[in-house]
Amino acid sequence: MTAAQMILSSALWLALVVLGLSFLLTVWRVIKGPTLPDRVVALDMLVGIVIGFIALIAIRTGFTLYIDIAISLGLVGFLATVAFARFILAQGRGDETAEKEASKVIPAPPLAPKRKRASSRKPGAGPAVSGKAKK
Amino acid sequence: MIEVLIALLTALLILVGAGFALVAAVGLTRLPDVYTRMHAASKAGTVGSGLMLLAVALHAGDLSTLARALAGFFFFVLTAPISAHLLAMAAHKMGYPLHEKSVRDELNDYRN
Repeated sequence: MTAAQMILSSALWLALVVLGLSFLLTVWRVIKGPTLPDRVVALDMLVGIVIGFIALIAIRTGFTLYIDIAISLGLVGFLATVAFARFILAQGRGDETAEKEASKVIPAPPLAPKRKRASSRKPGAGPAVSGKAKK
Repeated sequence: MIEVLIALLTALLILVGAGFALVAAVGLTRLPDVYTRMHAASKAGTVGSGLMLLAVALHAGDLSTLARALAGFFFFVLTAPISAHLLAMAAHKMGYPLHEKSVRDELNDYRN
């Protein structure tokens, strides 16, 4: 192993560890994030970190075709963020406070109260409806 | 000799890019509200991934790879502010609050 390969290999390992750490921190924000825009911002950041992973794999394996995959992933991430912004505009904020109160009253899964708006039209069963009744 | 120099430059780009990504993730974890988190993620995160793409181009030493990496970097730099701006406008319009220590809310003046 020449000196150049050794430098590159150790830098790649260190960068993979650092990227994995930042990936875990961002995933923690996605899970914990108190509001919906927090989660969307963290998902956007997650796409950026995955692009970094793809670049590191491209250097490791020598396939420069991975750059095209990174570019297309960036395009998909941008479109997803724009769509999420439209979704936040369309959905409003009323569900968010309800979600907080519902999760205080009963330990429901965090995704369940978000469907409250759809499920409030037809009074079916579910943790969101019972949380509203308790309030 | 030139090989070692290119490897050193590539390693530097990789490590700086990973450091930017880590700084962005720490900012995403530690900052208090949506808008400040957005400020950490959309700037430092973009620079991190872009630097790593440039490292791929430098490692390949190929003109077409360099062109593609530069196009990718340019694309990320172009789209990150747009998506962050859209998200911030949507969140502000829907009334997600700023942190209580924020001193001003200039976007509030343009609300209609």
